[in-house]
Amino acid sequence: MSSKEKLTCYHCGLEMSENETVWFDDKPFCCNGCKTVYEILNQNKLTQYYKINEAPGIKTEQIDQHIKQKYAYLDEPDIEKKLLEFEDGPVKIVNFYIPNIHCSSCIWVLENLDKINPYITHSEVNFPTKNVRITYQGDHLTLRQIVEILASIAYPPLISLDDVEKDKKKNNKKLLYQLAIAGFAFGNIMLMSLPEYIQQQGFWIEKFAPLFRWLMFALSLPVVFYAAQDYFESALKGLRQKIVNVDILIALGISVLFLRSTYEIFTGTGPGYFDSLTGLVFFLLLGKYFQRITYDYLSFERDYKSYFPIAVTKIINGQEKITQIKDLKAGDRFLIRNEEIIPVDGILMKNKALIDYSFVTGESMPVEKEVGDKVLAGGKQKGGYIEIEAIADVDNSYLTKLWSREAFKDDKQQTIKTLTDKISQYFTFVILSIAIIVGLYWALTDHWSTAIWVVTAVLIVACPCALALSAPFAFGNILRRFGYHQFYLKNARVVENMSQIDSLVFDKTGTLTKQDKYKLTYQGEPLSSVDKAVFKTMVKASNHPLSRLIYQHLAQAGQENLSSLKEIPGKGIEAVFNGAIYKLGSADFTNNKTDNKSTEVYLSKNNQKIGKFIFTANYRPGLSDLFNKLSKKYTLYVLSGDNANEKQILEKILPEGVTFKFNQSVHDKMNFIRDLQKAGHHVMMIGDGLNDAGALQQADVGVALSDDTNVFTPSSDAILQGNKLIQLPVFLEISKQTKKIIYVSFLIAFLYNIIGLGFAVTNHLTPIVAAILMPISSISIVIFVTIMTNIISNKLKNSKLDN
Amino acid sequence: MIALYLTIFISLIIALIFLVLFMKSVKAGQYEDTYTPSVRMIFEDEFTDDPDEDLPSEKDKN
Repeated sequence: MSSKEKLTCYHCGLEMSENETVWFDDKPFCCNGCKTVYEILNQNKLTQYYKINEAPGIKTEQIDQHIKQKYAYLDEPDIEKKLLEFEDGPVKIVNFYIPNIHCSSCIWVLENLDKINPYITHSEVNFPTKNVRITYQGDHLTLRQIVEILASIAYPPLISLDDVEKDKKKNNKKLLYQLAIAGFAFGNIMLMSLPEYIQQQGFWIEKFAPLFRWLMFALSLPVVFYAAQDYFESALKGLRQKIVNVDILIALGISVLFLRSTYEIFTGTGPGYFDSLTGLVFFLLLGKYFQRITYDYLSFERDYKSYFPIAVTKIINGQEKITQIKDLKAGDRFLIRNEEIIPVDGILMKNKALIDYSFVTGESMPVEKEVGDKVLAGGKQKGGYIEIEAIADVDNSYLTKLWSREAFKDDKQQTIKTLTDKISQYFTFVILSIAIIVGLYWALTDHWSTAIWVVTAVLIVACPCALALSAPFAFGNILRRFGYHQFYLKNARVVENMSQIDSLVFDKTGTLTKQDKYKLTYQGEPLSSVDKAVFKTMVKASNHPLSRLIYQHLAQAGQENLSSLKEIPGKGIEAVFNGAIYKLGSADFTNNKTDNKSTEVYLSKNNQKIGKFIFTANYRPGLSDLFNKLSKKYTLYVLSGDNANEKQILEKILPEGVTFKFNQSVHDKMNFIRDLQKAGHHVMMIGDGLNDAGALQQADVGVALSDDTNVFTPSSDAILQGNKLIQLPVFLEISKQTKKIIYVSFLIAFLYNIIGLGFAVTNHLTPIVAAILMPISSISIVIFVTIMTNIISNKLKNSKLDN
Repeated sequence: MIALYLTIFISLIIALIFLVLFMKSVKAGQYEDTYTPSVRMIFEDEFTDDPDEDLPSEKDKN
């Protein structure tokens, strides 16, 4: 087994070298964090955790250090109350979102929390949503203690502003109820309408027909008034906005079916069309259900609130007090510790800050800030604690204002007409004309009552069941197939919008480049093995992301005992070894000159320059191939918030005809897309950071690229796994073909309609004809569409093999 | 033939009972998490004081 050659951490499975291994209980660990988790689990006899899956843990560093202060705000009764799901005397229930949940070991250990603390009475994991619901005895255990237990075994819950501000998510169970009722009524009504189809006259029928008819009528009531409710509402909405949508036709069809059938029952003239009516509603709801695919663990609607903390430590006259973010006002002074997020815009008042804006900009290199500098909400402090004076409250900070702009909340889908709606516009017109012409003909040649009979028959048969079903099933199926290939769409309409795209706009940082993987090159005098070892030891203790990269780069080197080592935040690291002063850090710190073109770390020994590490962005593999494929069909743009340093590299990688724009601010990106749209283009934006959030919302299709779907993604129409970016041409192609399939299915639907109309205009539409024709057309359309979309999405498999 | 009235109503009532049961199960949240129970079932009787005596681990199999 390979693990014999290389040591891997017993907890998290990280590979490591012999000398940095921490041994405990005869088991190797990569760091003290992992060891501590093992210790806790071992003490509580929970080591079964390691038996279910090998090395199931997540690497955790220095859990103990900030755990103590980090969750102090949970002791505030106000906050606790908002987080609790249920409270009855001492019994309390809380529901946490824990992003680290990833395997069956996680489920096991989290459901055995009572072994760690007996006052936890019950805990239950919901794996798809990564939630755990904990019931505990509030008089023996505080919420904070529970969170600290979870954090100590490396399952820290994510508690954000969202949890206290937004209403608890309502579960959409209504559709399931509607479907159940429609299905129940459909089944029973089918049985009851059968006798009259078989036998028209006779003692038996005359005796029982009334009973069956009235039962059918009773059963259809909840279908019309509850199950079909949404169609009436949507039709009304469409009428108010003066848009003819497909739901108007459906609502019209259902009403006519119901009214005519009821009339027939009351007058005793016939059995009515209750089986067609309930069948129609049932199939329509089934299509709706099929289309509704939810990716429980993904969220397309996240804004800054999903990752902002609930509270910070405010400083009032030198006293620390925990305050909720929403109570923070301009002028307040507050404390931000290592790894905490700055919730409001402010001025740095104390200590140097190293702020990681990767959530905001996608750029993972932290920015240094001095006392007096302005810091923006959304940044994460790396290093020691800092003090900040707020200059705005949370809703009025520069970026939060942008993210929560009301304009974004408009459902842009509402304004774009769907394919089905467009077709049904003409369809409605044609059907109404036919109904009027035919009605007039019968009224003139026969009797007006026959005319009404024929007109209602036309409207019944024209009810566009097949029309309304083909798009949901086609798009729903594509949605599902894309999901298998890590391209998660918000809803079915995104497929439709994708099929119209003609321009693609890419963000550079984090989208074309990998998020945090920088290529590191060394330039300067060759380093001796001793020097290498010294520098490696120097960066080992540092938390700075550049230090970590250098540490990885020098992983092969040995270790030395340094006689002194100090890290100067924002500058670099200084150490003494064998009497020589080693420095590593920024240019002025190491007595170097810089041209500031790229991210660099300088090395010096006794103030003599040795060399430097240069960090260059690491582009995703297969980029030039991707752009070559795309440039044949689409206009391509690359927008970047950075300066034009990398333009030459990009021009080399990407084909001609790609337009570059550098130094683009958050607003520039959004406006750029808006201008394209005004020129009549349909734009897809592919971005990642929150700085793209505006552009993603503005675009016809906004795709958030993510290397790890657990982490934050800005609100968007779709989320694409980073390594699947090269598949983008295939996804676009499939969406185009799906549209064609839907057109063909519409043609088939019209064919059925012509046959049905043939019966209707000649006054031959008996209930049995309707009962046969309508399900057959619906089912055949659904089968056709499902088979065809499966065939075209097989391309995804083939192109996977190519790569 | 009068028996027909009875049988029809009985069949309807039975169907109604199933409908109500289904809706109750939806309400109770049985359709919210369809994955975790399948995993939980496997663990139910696996907790022992000495995990080393338990089922063979992946390592032992190899």
